[in-house]
Amino acid sequence: MSAEVSPASLPEKKHRFRVNKFIIGGAVISVAVLLLAISNLRGNAQYYMTINELIIAPEKWNQNVRISGAVRGDSIQVNPQTGYLTFVAVNVPGDMKTVEQMGGIAAVLHQAVIDPNAASLTIRYHGARPDLLKNEAQAIITGKMQPDGTFLADDLLLKCPSKYEAAP
Amino acid sequence: MLSGAVALGVNQAWKKETQFTPWVILTGMITLAFFLLIVAFVENPFSRIWATLDGKVFRSMVQPVGTFLIYPPNGVGLNPLLRHPGMIVHPPMLYAGFAGFVIPFSFAVASLVTGRNDSDWLRISRPWALGAWTFLTIGLVLGSRWAYDVLGWGGYWGWDPVEVAALIPWLTGTAFIHSLIVQSKRQLFKRWNFVLIILTFCMVVFGIFLTRSGVLDSVHAFSQSNIGPMFFVFISLTFIASLALLLWRWKLLVSDGQMGSLFSKESAFLFNNLLFILLFLICLAGVLFPLVSEVFTGTKMTVGASWYKQTTGPVFGGLLLLMGVVPLTAWGSTSAGKLGKRLWLPVSISLVVPVLTAFLSGLNWGGIVALWLITLAALVTLFDIGNAVVHRMKAQKEGFFIALGRVFVRNHHRYGGYLVHLGVVMIALGVVGVEFYQTQTQQTLAKGEALQLDSFKLTFTDLFQYQTTDGRAVTQAVMQISRDGRLLATINPRSDYFDLYRQSVTAPGRMSTLAEDLYVVLVDWQPTTTSAVTFHVYHNPLINWFWIGAVVMVLGALLAIGLPDRRKVESS
Repeated sequence: MSAEVSPASLPEKKHRFRVNKFIIGGAVISVAVLLLAISNLRGNAQYYMTINELIIAPEKWNQNVRISGAVRGDSIQVNPQTGYLTFVAVNVPGDMKTVEQMGGIAAVLHQAVIDPNAASLTIRYHGARPDLLKNEAQAIITGKMQPDGTFLADDLLLKCPSKYEAAP
Repeated sequence: MLSGAVALGVNQAWKKETQFTPWVILTGMITLAFFLLIVAFVENPFSRIWATLDGKVFRSMVQPVGTFLIYPPNGVGLNPLLRHPGMIVHPPMLYAGFAGFVIPFSFAVASLVTGRNDSDWLRISRPWALGAWTFLTIGLVLGSRWAYDVLGWGGYWGWDPVEVAALIPWLTGTAFIHSLIVQSKRQLFKRWNFVLIILTFCMVVFGIFLTRSGVLDSVHAFSQSNIGPMFFVFISLTFIASLALLLWRWKLLVSDGQMGSLFSKESAFLFNNLLFILLFLICLAGVLFPLVSEVFTGTKMTVGASWYKQTTGPVFGGLLLLMGVVPLTAWGSTSAGKLGKRLWLPVSISLVVPVLTAFLSGLNWGGIVALWLITLAALVTLFDIGNAVVHRMKAQKEGFFIALGRVFVRNHHRYGGYLVHLGVVMIALGVVGVEFYQTQTQQTLAKGEALQLDSFKLTFTDLFQYQTTDGRAVTQAVMQISRDGRLLATINPRSDYFDLYRQSVTAPGRMSTLAEDLYVVLVDWQPTTTSAVTFHVYHNPLINWFWIGAVVMVLGALLAIGLPDRRKVESS
C-alpha cells in the first residue's frame, strides 16, 4: 500500500490524496448503511392508523398495518386448544389534540369501551397474554386483516393509562 | 440532580480553570433556569387543585379568588407491575446520566467563548462524560432487566420509541468518549469533538422532549403535558447558538496533528465515530419516521423492532470488528502489512468458533458472523491485556496477579476502556444468543404431561392456587426440567392477581445458567379445572452474559474514570 511511506517525506499533493481516502471510505460506508436502511423499510414499515381508518380502507387489508384501540375487557379469551388469544379492540382517535379535547386518554378509552356503536375489530394473537391486557387498556397492535374479518396480530403492545391507579 | 451537577462542575472550574468559570456558570445556569421555569410555571408539581362553587377546576399553588381547595382521592399506590428493585433506580440513573452531560457541554461552550484552541475543556470533561455515560448505561440496562423479569415476553429490548430516545444520547456520548481520546493523544478531531458534545446535549433535551410532549406513540406511559413547544424552542436555540459559536471559532480550531495511514489508530477511531454517528442517525430516523411521513404523505407510518434490528445489526457488527482490530493498530503512520502481521494469528484462532458453531447448530449465517466477530474482539483484547501483564511481570519481577492489578491501575484510562470492551463483547454474546438462537413454544398440558424444547423436557407436575395476606391471588405451577432423563431443576412460573388493582403480574419461572435461560410463562389455566394449563417456554441461549457484560462494562467505566485523587497524592 502507498501508506507505507513516512508522512514527512511526502509532498503536499500526496497528503491531499490521503485525506480523500478517508472521505471516500466514509462515504462508501455511509451510503451502504443508507441503502440498507431504505431497503429494510420494505416489509418493515407499517401504516399507523385508527380502527375507523382501517375499516374504510380495504386497499390496506392485504398489508401489515399498526392500529391502536381500546380493549374491551369481557371479550378477552384464550382458546386452550389453539393457544390463540382473542379480544375486541374499539376505535380511539389517533391524534393527541382530539384526545385532549375529549378529556384525556383515560376518558377516551372508557368512552370507547362502553359505546356499543363504536367501530371495533376482533384481534387474534398467538402468544402469552400480557399482564396489561385488561379492560380499558390501550393496545397497539401490528398485524394484518384476515379474510374472516378478524385482525391477526404479530405484535401486541399495551400502554398503561397511568402508573398510579385510582382507588376503585 | 441537574443543579447538583452544575454546582459540582462550577466548583471544579472555580479552583482550577478561572478563565472558564463565568461561562460554565452561565451555560449551566441557563439550562437550570429553563428546567426550573418549566417546573415552576408550567408543570408545577406542588400545585393544588381548586374548585369554584359552579364546578370549575383550577390548578394553582396559591388560592384563586372565590375558590376552595379540593383533594383528589388517595390512590391505591404504584401499579404492581412497576414494583421491582430495578425500577427504583432506573429513572434516577437515567436522569443522572442526562444531567451529567450538561457539564462537558458547559465547558465546551466556555472553551469556545474564551477562544481557546487547547484541550483543557476535554481534560475536565472526560470524567464527567464518562460518569454520565456510566449512569446512562446503568439506567438503560436496568430498564431492560425489568422488562425481562416482569413483562414475560422473553426479551429485554423492544425498540420502543422511548427506549430509542434514551439510547440516542448514549450513542453520541459513546462517540464523544472515543473521539476525545484522539484529541488528547494526537491533537486531531478538535472541531468534531465540539460537534459531538453539542449533539449529545441537544439529544438529551430532545429525548426528554420526545417522551414528555406526547408526539410519539409509545408503550411507556408518561404523564404527558404541554411543555412541547417550550422544549422545542429551547433545543433549537441551544443547537443554533452553540453551532454559531463553533463556526465563529472554526478557523482557530485547527488540528495540530495530521491523519496518517488508513490503517492507523486515529483512522480506526474515525471509523468508530462514523459508525456511532450512523447508528445515531438510524435511531433518530426511526423515531422521527412517523412524524416525517405524516408531514410528507399525510399518513403516519412507523417502523418496528425488525427494521431497527436489520439496519443497526451490520453497523454493530462493524463496531465489533473495529474492537477486534484497533488494539493491534498503532498511532501515526502504519501500514496494512504491519497490521496484517499482527492480525493473522488472532484471526485464524478466532475462526475456530464460527466453524464449530456451524458444525454444531447449522448454517445460521448471521449468528456465525456475529460469533466470529465477538471471538476476535475478545481474543485481541485479552491478548493485549495479557501482553501488558507479561511485560510487567518480566520487567518488574512481579507475580501474575500483582502485575495484572498494577496494569489496570497504572494505566486505568486504557485498561478501563478495555474492560468496558470485554463487557461489550459479553453483551454482544447475550444479544446473539437471543437474536439468532432463541427458540420458543406454546403448549397446553394436563398434569403429568411434558413438552419438549430443544434438548429439554419440561414436565408439568402440579398447580396451586392460594390467597396471600397482602391481597394477591396467586396461581403457581410446578414444572420439572430434565435433559436426557436427568432432573436439572424445578421451577415455579407464577401469576399474581392483585385484587385491588385488578392487575395481574406474571412472574416467569426461570432456570438460569451461564449457558442459557429456560424462561417459562404461565399463559392460561381454567379456573375450575386446574388440570389443563397453557405454558409459553422460551429457550434463551447465552442471555445471562448480557447482564454480566453490563456489570463488567460499568466496572470498566468506573476504573477508566479512575482514582484521580490517589494519583495526585502519590505524585506529590
